[in-house]
Amino acid sequence: MKRSGFQFVKMSSRKSKSNNLIHAEYLSQVQRILRERFCHQSPHSNLFGVQVQYKHLIELLKRTAIHGESNSVLIIGPRGSGKTMLINHALKELMEAEEVSENVLQVHLNGLLQINDKIALKEITRQLNLENVVGDKVFGSFAENLSFLLEALKKGDRSSSCPVIFVLDEFDLFAHHKNQTLLYNLFDISQSAQTPLAVIGLTCRLDILELLEKRVKSRFSHRQIHLMNSFGFPQYLKIFKEQLSLPAEFPDKIFTEKWNENIQCLTEDRSVREVLQKHFNVSKNLRSLHMLLMLALNRVTTSHPFMTAADVMEANHLCSMDSKANIVHGLSVLEICLIIAMKHLNDIYEEEPFNFQMVYNEFQKFVQRKAHSVYNFEKPVVMKAFEHLQQLELIRPMERTSVNTQREYQLMKLLLDNTQIMNALQKYPNCPTDVRQWATSSLSWL
Amino acid sequence: MAYYPTRLKTRQTYSWVGKPLLDQKLRYHTYKEMNVKMEGGLTEIHIQVGQFVLIEGDDDENPYVAKLVELFQDDSEPYSKKRARVQWFIRFCEVPVSKRHLLGRKPAAQEIFWYDYPACNSNISAETIIDHVQVVALGPDEVIPMGPKNEKTLFVKLSWNEKTFRPLAPELFAEFDQPQEGSPRHQKPVGAKTKGLGSPSWTTAEHAIKRIESRHSTSKSRRTPSHPVTPKAKKRLELSGLPRTPSTRISQQNSGALLDSPGRSKRKVAFSEITSPTKRSQPDGLHTLSPALKALQKTGEIQSSCAKDNKKASPDCHRILRTRVPALKTTETSEERTLTPIKGGWKSSAVPSVVLKPENIKKREAEEPEAQDETTSTPHRIRRKSSLLTLNRIKQQLRFLGNSKSDQEEDEFLPAAEISDSGSEEEETSTPPILRRTSSRVSKNLCSSVKSSLQTPSKTPKKTPKPSTPRHAIPRIPSRNLAAQEPASMLEEARLRLHVSAVPESLPCREQEFQNIYNFVESKLLDRTGGCMYISGVPGTGKTATVHEVIRCLQQAAQVNDIPPFQYVEVNGMKLTEPHQVYVQILQKLTGQKATANHAAELLAKCFLTQRSSEETTVLLVDELDLLWTQKQDVLYNLFDWPTHKEARLVVLTIANTMDLPERIMMNRVSSRLGLTRMSFQPYTHSQLQRILICRLRHVKAFEDDAIQLVARKVAALSGDARRCLDICRRATEICEFSCQKPDSPGLVTVAHLLQAVDEMFSSSYITAIKNSSVLEQSFLRAILAEFRRSGLEEATFQQVYSQHVALCRMEGLPYPTMSETMAVCSHLSSCRLLLVGPSRNDLLLRVRLNISQDDVLYALKE
Repeated sequence: MKRSGFQFVKMSSRKSKSNNLIHAEYLSQVQRILRERFCHQSPHSNLFGVQVQYKHLIELLKRTAIHGESNSVLIIGPRGSGKTMLINHALKELMEAEEVSENVLQVHLNGLLQINDKIALKEITRQLNLENVVGDKVFGSFAENLSFLLEALKKGDRSSSCPVIFVLDEFDLFAHHKNQTLLYNLFDISQSAQTPLAVIGLTCRLDILELLEKRVKSRFSHRQIHLMNSFGFPQYLKIFKEQLSLPAEFPDKIFTEKWNENIQCLTEDRSVREVLQKHFNVSKNLRSLHMLLMLALNRVTTSHPFMTAADVMEANHLCSMDSKANIVHGLSVLEICLIIAMKHLNDIYEEEPFNFQMVYNEFQKFVQRKAHSVYNFEKPVVMKAFEHLQQLELIRPMERTSVNTQREYQLMKLLLDNTQIMNALQKYPNCPTDVRQWATSSLSWL
Repeated sequence: MAYYPTRLKTRQTYSWVGKPLLDQKLRYHTYKEMNVKMEGGLTEIHIQVGQFVLIEGDDDENPYVAKLVELFQDDSEPYSKKRARVQWFIRFCEVPVSKRHLLGRKPAAQEIFWYDYPACNSNISAETIIDHVQVVALGPDEVIPMGPKNEKTLFVKLSWNEKTFRPLAPELFAEFDQPQEGSPRHQKPVGAKTKGLGSPSWTTAEHAIKRIESRHSTSKSRRTPSHPVTPKAKKRLELSGLPRTPSTRISQQNSGALLDSPGRSKRKVAFSEITSPTKRSQPDGLHTLSPALKALQKTGEIQSSCAKDNKKASPDCHRILRTRVPALKTTETSEERTLTPIKGGWKSSAVPSVVLKPENIKKREAEEPEAQDETTSTPHRIRRKSSLLTLNRIKQQLRFLGNSKSDQEEDEFLPAAEISDSGSEEEETSTPPILRRTSSRVSKNLCSSVKSSLQTPSKTPKKTPKPSTPRHAIPRIPSRNLAAQEPASMLEEARLRLHVSAVPESLPCREQEFQNIYNFVESKLLDRTGGCMYISGVPGTGKTATVHEVIRCLQQAAQVNDIPPFQYVEVNGMKLTEPHQVYVQILQKLTGQKATANHAAELLAKCFLTQRSSEETTVLLVDELDLLWTQKQDVLYNLFDWPTHKEARLVVLTIANTMDLPERIMMNRVSSRLGLTRMSFQPYTHSQLQRILICRLRHVKAFEDDAIQLVARKVAALSGDARRCLDICRRATEICEFSCQKPDSPGLVTVAHLLQAVDEMFSSSYITAIKNSSVLEQSFLRAILAEFRRSGLEEATFQQVYSQHVALCRMEGLPYPTMSETMAVCSHLSSCRLLLVGPSRNDLLLRVRLNISQDDVLYALKE
């Protein structure tokens, strides 16, 4: 009897252990799925509030692919507004169509990678699979490359050649290339009876058209698709929920149900809503939301399998933390004293730059008054602390450091705001009361 | 390429046949017939006056074609006493590149043209004649027959007089029929058959290496025009003929040597055959061939290929090969059958006995002086492994060469395995490789055009030893598998016509400009002088289109001989990587040559500043002229300097955007040469734009009249850019299509649609962007405005704005914004270029400015 009871206990513990294992298994899967969602711009995720723009784009691409009509379009929107996702979605849908998939060539360029036209041309030839023809040393130079490519594109015509879709990411950077040769030629081809082209530029700059040279501008069709994150808070909440929910194809139904129920609870939680509202106020960027969710997700463990409001709040706290205040927390008392001295100098001289000697004098005055609270450091030690502040970029020299100028007299500026200093001091551990008083007093000599 | 260095010139002996007739007037001896013998006497060609002959040129693939008018002896010439007068024919590839389009269709592979150009030298050395050829005249509406049977026949349909292609005159037709009757008599030349099979393929094979085009077609590609041969080349013809004569003489001097072994053939003989230019014999002459002789020819060829292999080319091996002639021949026949299906009972007649016409033997042996010491060869040494191997290799090569040029490339690295396993039983294995070959070729042809265009041209430059003949791999974008859909609805049709790329039938509203340019160029052409013209105008006013139209009209006029013919070259400053490349482009388009920028400049200067052989004027269009500006302005100077020279006959039309470009950027000596022929294209007015639109939409009712007027007025007020106008209309058709959901409704584009399109294209997006930005971003903008108002300046540091921002947030009950958050907001706004900020390392001291007016911001922030 006893024996069997022991066995039962053992069994149940094993059961819970295996339960735990299963949980751990699920949780790692959950984390994998959600992290992929947050970090990869996968074209499988849903689009939010850009249906009109999407339709415009897909119709345009279809006309190029099916009718061989040349087009050019710019997709403009702030960072994180889903430009790349939009074009990826559209291309994916386009390629799914049977009559299109074999007929369309794609060329993807990025202004950060193809920093000049020569590299861009090489990349285009490579992506069009023409490089075997060019690869030979006879076609070496940039000029030959260009004329080669133009020749190739000129050969085609509307009805017989494969349409080529050019996607230029960071389009504004291409506008800085010399003479804008690449853009001119792409737009020129798209406006003449040559190989059908669709030139799609992605950029976050609203003044992009002013960057284009007048000839290039005239050849651009002036189609612009704007992505503006034009959703409100209710939609933001919906996005939040959708981003955290598990898909229906998750292996364990019960777990999925539980998880999604928890997420539903979270969205209705008041504090979570507050956090989200704050986050929304700062930025509508979905990528920053992903950042927040990523931090919250990291707190999910086997012992703590479901996300709570506290997790989200903690994540928000991490996100909105002031980085400089954090650095101030880690400074020594001497360094804090120097910063306070600088603050007073700023107050007295109205933001005029100061030098080490001034700061040292100010510090000396304080030490003389309150000799008991702060140890009187030697000048070289203070100098060292001063230089450390400079290394942390809390102070910044006005001119570049040269060999001739003496370090003590080099003019500096403080890169901390008064409010930042006061906030940091509030939280500073074991701060001597005198120092705190010195900081708060508007009269430095007290 | 083992056979490459073995290439030698053929030795041929030319002799008159028949009695000389004395031409009283010219005091020449004229002849009716000539006998051409290959060295070794294996072939003998009788050429008769009135026949069509192939004449050696600088392109061995496509020898010149001519009709023999007269044969005569000229004793005044130092070398070539045997002269001939011919009537030239011209191949399509010899027509200048710039004139080829005049044909208006693709030429057939075997099409030639009657060369109706009296200035061309028709007096040639008789010794440059290679062979006779069959030429058939066709009526203008007859179709050129295709097929293997006609492969060696050339067809004439049109005549070419350096200006136009014309149908053949009826009296010429009569001339064509006459020589055909006489020709069968000349079919007796022995071995002509094997020539047709073997040697042309050798020669072509060699050339195939040099000029492998991207085309993979088999033997036909031999004749397709591959590169331009200007008529000038005809002059070189004689020169190339002359130096060979001495060598012929030498061989004749050695003719005393006799040889009794009839089957002997020397390597030299073989070589001479190899290098002999293409022969095409009439297929009906086959049956007259003596099989034994044929066999002999084979040995010749085999040995040659032995030599080419650079393997076991010892005399010993040769002997073995020679004795194995009959066996070899039988194997060859099976192969030949696959090549030319005409042959019938060849194998049965393949008797190993050697019965030669005495005359032939004698002549052939006369040319083999060193062969004497090898007379005592044992006739029957059979089947040595090595010989078999070589044999098969030879066969392999023959087959490749006979089959196709493209395969020539492959046999360098591929067929070693095939050779070795086919070594044991020749009879069986001789055919399967062919099948394999052909099937592989077929499959390759089936491959996408991408692949073929990728493969071959990449090899071309490597194998082209002479860079003087440019051979561009012509790249292309792969063609689509599915045809592009044609427009289905009225709106789609309208959209197609409204696309900027659609070329309208006429250019409305630019009649005056058109006329001016036309008159200018035409007068220069007629006067045979040169000149410059400067055309300016803002983008989208039809400058380039008008000039293109002018050129098109002039080309049409030149075709009907209203004006002298001219050459047209176009360059675009924007399509160059740097200004000096313009020389390269011009040179390439003018002559097809490729050179570096400096060299090209020299060549062009030489071309324009010295007396040119060609009589044509060159019209040069330089688009986007301002990009050709350099520090020294040498490019511009040259472009404007050349036309001032009398010999240049260069008309330069330059296009740029700004009216005062010559004054602004050019030095005095450059702008002075540009002259005062200026023309300015004004931006289109609204009525002109309206006319353009109406003209494009002539038969398509897709727009309301009011709508057209609206867009014309809108664009005219903004820029007068016709491209913009067309783009707006095109967008409006799309909007119209979206908005009316019923797919079959006719739906006219209304004013509302157009207004929406105009809005989309021209409205500034700043205000929408501000409206859609987040709360903190908006409040940051407010803080900036407040700071500006406080300081009275248009610029503030980030720190100042931050303190304002904090105050504002406190007022509005927003949570305290940390510095990092605010910095993120600021950088976000600056990435959209709503703000202009300095470099971010300044941190708190960052200078912030607005990129739009304060009023706009206020307007956008107003709820």
